[in-house]
Amino acid sequence: MLEKAIKGSALYWIWLLGLLAVIGAGFGAYLTQLEHGLTVTALDRDVSWGLYIAQLTFLVGVAASAVMMVIPKYLHNHQAFARMLILGEFMAVATIIMCLLFVIVDLGQPQRLMNVVLHPTPSSVLFWDMVVLNGYLFLNILIGWVTLQAERKRVGPPRWIKPFIYLSIPWAISIHTVTAYLYAGLPGRDFWLTASMAPSFLASAFAAGPALLILLAFAVKVFAKWDPGREAIQSLAKIVTYALAAYLFLIGCKIFTAGYSMVPDKLAHWQYLYFGLEGHTMLATFMWVSTAAGVTALLILLFPKNRQSDNILAFACVLVLICTWIEKGLGLITTGFVPTPMKEVLTYAPTGPEILITLGIYGIGFLIITVLWKVGIDVRKEIEA
Amino acid sequence: MKSSRRKFIKLAGLTALGWSVCPSLASARSNRYRKIPGALKADRWAMAIDIQKLSDEVMQKAIEACHRLHNVPDIDSRQNVKWIWVETFKPLFDDQVHAHQMEGKEKLPLLTLCNHCDTPPCVRVCPTKATFKRHDGIVLMDFHRCIGCRFCMAGCPYGSRSFNYSDPRRFLNNDELSPDYPTRSKGVVEKCEFCAHLVDQGERPACVEAAEGVLFFGDLSDPDSEVRRVLRDRYSLVRKAKLGTEPQVYYLI
Amino acid sequence: MYDAKKIIPGLIIFALFFTFPFWFNLGTAAYTTPELELPDPEEHEHCIESTEYMRAEHMAMLDEWRDIYVRDGYQEYWSELNQEYFLTSLTKTCMDCHSDKEKFCDRCHEATAVDPYCWDCHIEP
Repeated sequence: MLEKAIKGSALYWIWLLGLLAVIGAGFGAYLTQLEHGLTVTALDRDVSWGLYIAQLTFLVGVAASAVMMVIPKYLHNHQAFARMLILGEFMAVATIIMCLLFVIVDLGQPQRLMNVVLHPTPSSVLFWDMVVLNGYLFLNILIGWVTLQAERKRVGPPRWIKPFIYLSIPWAISIHTVTAYLYAGLPGRDFWLTASMAPSFLASAFAAGPALLILLAFAVKVFAKWDPGREAIQSLAKIVTYALAAYLFLIGCKIFTAGYSMVPDKLAHWQYLYFGLEGHTMLATFMWVSTAAGVTALLILLFPKNRQSDNILAFACVLVLICTWIEKGLGLITTGFVPTPMKEVLTYAPTGPEILITLGIYGIGFLIITVLWKVGIDVRKEIEA
Repeated sequence: MKSSRRKFIKLAGLTALGWSVCPSLASARSNRYRKIPGALKADRWAMAIDIQKLSDEVMQKAIEACHRLHNVPDIDSRQNVKWIWVETFKPLFDDQVHAHQMEGKEKLPLLTLCNHCDTPPCVRVCPTKATFKRHDGIVLMDFHRCIGCRFCMAGCPYGSRSFNYSDPRRFLNNDELSPDYPTRSKGVVEKCEFCAHLVDQGERPACVEAAEGVLFFGDLSDPDSEVRRVLRDRYSLVRKAKLGTEPQVYYLI
Repeated sequence: MYDAKKIIPGLIIFALFFTFPFWFNLGTAAYTTPELELPDPEEHEHCIESTEYMRAEHMAMLDEWRDIYVRDGYQEYWSELNQEYFLTSLTKTCMDCHSDKEKFCDRCHEATAVDPYCWDCHIEP
């Protein structure tokens, strides 16, 4: 099937070359980071995780959201997703690879990466994150490839793949739960120390992932001239709506606990996040954009008429991505560290190399999505022709 | 014959697996090692800091002794490395401060360092056991093994850990390195080690030696130790006791 | 054979690629055992283990030492050959005799193109 990836239009190749250029720039920046160390980033003694780990957190959610098509398709026989499911699975593959890359570029000693396997430590959540992320990557490659191959041969998927498909459902939940546990189990980080961490991660994931899928599906319609099906997109839109509502509700719950209890250690983080402390207001500006985008998106999506219009739906999905990306990709990590254990307040603003490396990894992700989707869509076209 | 290729691949796979498992089983350690006969021994090392005797001079002496011995660089940025340093009362004991404290007590400068917690979160979160707790309670770093993921820095509620964002030798005078302790490479985390290497040679930590009579170091499980004696006689605080990490650096009030 | 036009050039490229180290080094001088500067034999009859053992196993020994020292807190190594304990220390035991890093460690490591990172942290005497 891979041969389909090397037969494409000029546009396909130009897009891939563009991505390769971005990847090249990112790789160059990474070489600088390898040479000089993480000093090229804006991280420091207090904000010791930043843009990289935040992207990991955001993308784990996108990866997990493939389950929002697997559940309806395999547990509820919702056949609208049958044609599009492969795209969700392949998107999960690409995003998990991005996640793993974000972990690697964040390491101070990447060449010692294998120590996590050589000295396995079950007490560490990071160890389990490594296990679940790699497991999920394996499951999605396996399931995606086997089912697509079966479809191409116009037979049903082999029976042995079924257990793997069912396993992938709790596994998808687990990747984002374990990633939330990275944060939710740390004493002294009051912003993260809450049981609602994993649920709100999942809610924002199930809004962001399907929103991205909808947008990519529209892109496919235009560029690959293949329609994933109106019903599938409409079902996804409903999922985005419910998940976004749940996510905003959970944020509200967190704010209530901090705001009404008025426990200073909890409250200070939320003040920093939404209003800034001691003049450090950069993050607050972003957060209001995020909140406004989220609320607007929900108000749009709540009305079925809006969802049925492709343009309005696409606009709402962009808003959902803005909302969730700012919250997870910018706000969540820094705010956990500020105020610092010594009650200092500071602003973390990523440096040029940091942003280039991040873009480079997104470039790799989009490259993988493009190639895998090209294969998946061409196979579907072949079947449907 | 038809299945022979499949059989061969299976066999090759199993061989590779066996090969990768076996060396680790075979490398059982011989009994060819011993501890230095004069090493200091304890079940639970702890430190007490007499804050009434802490003067600027004493604190600087303790910091100097530690940072010189361990080749700790002084970096003029937020990416600095610290093992033992000065903070004022308020950030250290934030949960103990109220609006009508004795005049100036909030700004009282104190020493702070790794608390060598009895239930250390940094050890719990480390994915490679690069940071670990010894039987005598000292929380140690294995710089050879650290992958630099910085989970321990997020896990530490006391801000006691530093990361080498760049090669520390850039900030050290390479002609005046202390030969008794290595520098670190870029990309690993470090922190105070209660001078485990000195303790194992029968000596007390460098800061305790430098601040004689102000810092006390001893075995908490021994009722006759100096630490137990001062803790019996004086009122003392530990940082963020409510987190349950059981810090082992006590501040005598 | 189907597609011989593609397969045969492919095989040739693969073979060339796979044998890269051999033909890349063609014409360069053959490997010679580097001249090492050894400690005065009057003062030290032999190392803590036999020369053959040290030559083959010193890296494994140092790897074991660092774990034993840092993680298990054992600081002394029993040498059967010398019937004596030695500190498990690169700088204090090894470098005590082999005091010139350049003329001992580096010469061999350069000849065999290995680049251990000991000296990124440990301080040369």
